[in-house]
Amino acid sequence: MRTLVYVHHDDGEFAPNSLGALVAAAGLGGETVAFVAGRGLDDGWAAGLGAYGASKVLVADDAAFADGLPQPLVDALEPHAREAGAALFGAGVVSADVAAGLAARLGAGIACEATELRVEGDELIAIRPALGDTVMVESTFAGTPAIALARANAFAAEATGSGQAAVERVSATVQDWSKAATLAGREEAETGGVDITEADVLVAFGRGLGGPENLPVVEQLAKALGGEVAATRAVVDAGWVPYSMQVGQTGKTVSPKLYVACGISGAIQHKVGMANSGTIIAINKDANAPIFEFADLGVVGDALTVVPRLAEAIAARRS
Amino acid sequence: MKIAVCVKEVPSATSAKRIDPATKRLDRSGDSELNPFDTHGLEEAIRIREGGQPVDEIVAVCMGPPSAQRPLAKALALGADRAVLLTDDSLAGSDIVGTARALAAVLEKQDAELVILGQQAADADCYVMAAAVADHLKRPLVTQVAHLEVGDGRIRAKRQTEHGYDVVEAPLPAVISVSDAINTARLPSIKAIMGAKKKPLDTISAADAGIDASQVGETGARSVVRSVSPPPAKEPGRRLEDAGGDSVPAVVEFLAERGVV
Repeated sequence: MRTLVYVHHDDGEFAPNSLGALVAAAGLGGETVAFVAGRGLDDGWAAGLGAYGASKVLVADDAAFADGLPQPLVDALEPHAREAGAALFGAGVVSADVAAGLAARLGAGIACEATELRVEGDELIAIRPALGDTVMVESTFAGTPAIALARANAFAAEATGSGQAAVERVSATVQDWSKAATLAGREEAETGGVDITEADVLVAFGRGLGGPENLPVVEQLAKALGGEVAATRAVVDAGWVPYSMQVGQTGKTVSPKLYVACGISGAIQHKVGMANSGTIIAINKDANAPIFEFADLGVVGDALTVVPRLAEAIAARRS
Repeated sequence: MKIAVCVKEVPSATSAKRIDPATKRLDRSGDSELNPFDTHGLEEAIRIREGGQPVDEIVAVCMGPPSAQRPLAKALALGADRAVLLTDDSLAGSDIVGTARALAAVLEKQDAELVILGQQAADADCYVMAAAVADHLKRPLVTQVAHLEVGDGRIRAKRQTEHGYDVVEAPLPAVISVSDAINTARLPSIKAIMGAKKKPLDTISAADAGIDASQVGETGARSVVRSVSPPPAKEPGRRLEDAGGDSVPAVVEFLAERGVV
């Protein structure tokens, strides 16, 4: 089977989730073809994907890909995906858009949130956790290509060798409507400040904390525990705290010794960024919040009541 | 301008979720509700109108079983002017591509300048429907929009990526999905709930929408669930019910046991 893997990059930096998908694809056996797109791409850079299992890398170099928007990529991938038995995508905002657009274009089956892939005969099997990760669902596909979009951090981006892949330049016909959306600007995540991935203790908060005025409550607990403060995407998008503090699918992946989740529901986008923490404590007033399914200690209660008292009790014990 | 907001009926947050071992489909026999992520799409449509844009109509579009009339009634109470429910036995068991194809067929007929979806469905946890629909409609796409401006026949949308924020502009007609952080959806007033009963809620079949039945439902599905199994066993966590902070000593003790304090 030929497996096509879309490898996303940001200004030449390969997305770890894409590299993980490439490693997973190579593990399926058969032919593993990577696809990269952009403007002014270097053949040597592309050939480096051989280290992650690509035998060949298709390089689409065109101004239409300079912005990194998804729709031109669907046009570019379409002819190559038609020739593949499977098309794999690592987790990512753009990758998900491309995978879904491609599935619609080809009328192909798509499995999202895949955490395990294998081949039986010549057919892809995708396995995903579903319903709040309470069940594992195994899917087969009718027709080709079978499209799979991996869950964030499901597949490790470990180089399997130092091999150089063959590079083939491919042309792409991008439709006018695919180019209608344009990038007007980009706000890079600010650098500096605390690196939450290095912290042993993280006190994270979500919208259940009420509003940004309650930030001192979690700061106090973080201080008592000798840790740092982290946040969910929802509160970052809402502008309460900067992007650099975000844990989850589009934010940082963390694995501190202790993770205290305050007013966080534990949606999958958050879970994939912190599920490997040593000990997880969750405080949330919604007894049905998914976070209680994977917390080591769950406190059903108002974070605004519990967290300040907890900070005081810990500070008192330590002094 | 006309805005179409796609909404979905999902099992309510409090109902036990299971996959029917016979059909391998989600058991939808329990309580259901309007997909909470979709309330942000409706809210954004209302805000575009309240912001002074000439919005002639906000139509809520749903594909689902007949019971989806109830969440559609909520969509009307939240501010949609009318609702369209695509319901047909042939649609049951549709996968992502089948659903996208069916929704696109309905949206094509509605011919809205702006199509808004929620970022994901609470029952499927996929966030791909907007991109699939946009490809069918051949319209520009911006997903996971956290901030939206509409004017002069264009949209300007800010959305989060793995590297920060992208600001994307596109001409209308366009398709977007909205992040649940884009707004705080208001609760419908009693007056709005009563008023919703007078708003049109049309039910259409697959044939009405011009959908080829062989391309949707179980027949048209290209991704097929083969088996459902329990996840790897994990030791269940401890749970404390807090009242006024009375759980704190137990939490401190737990931390001490783990050697954290």
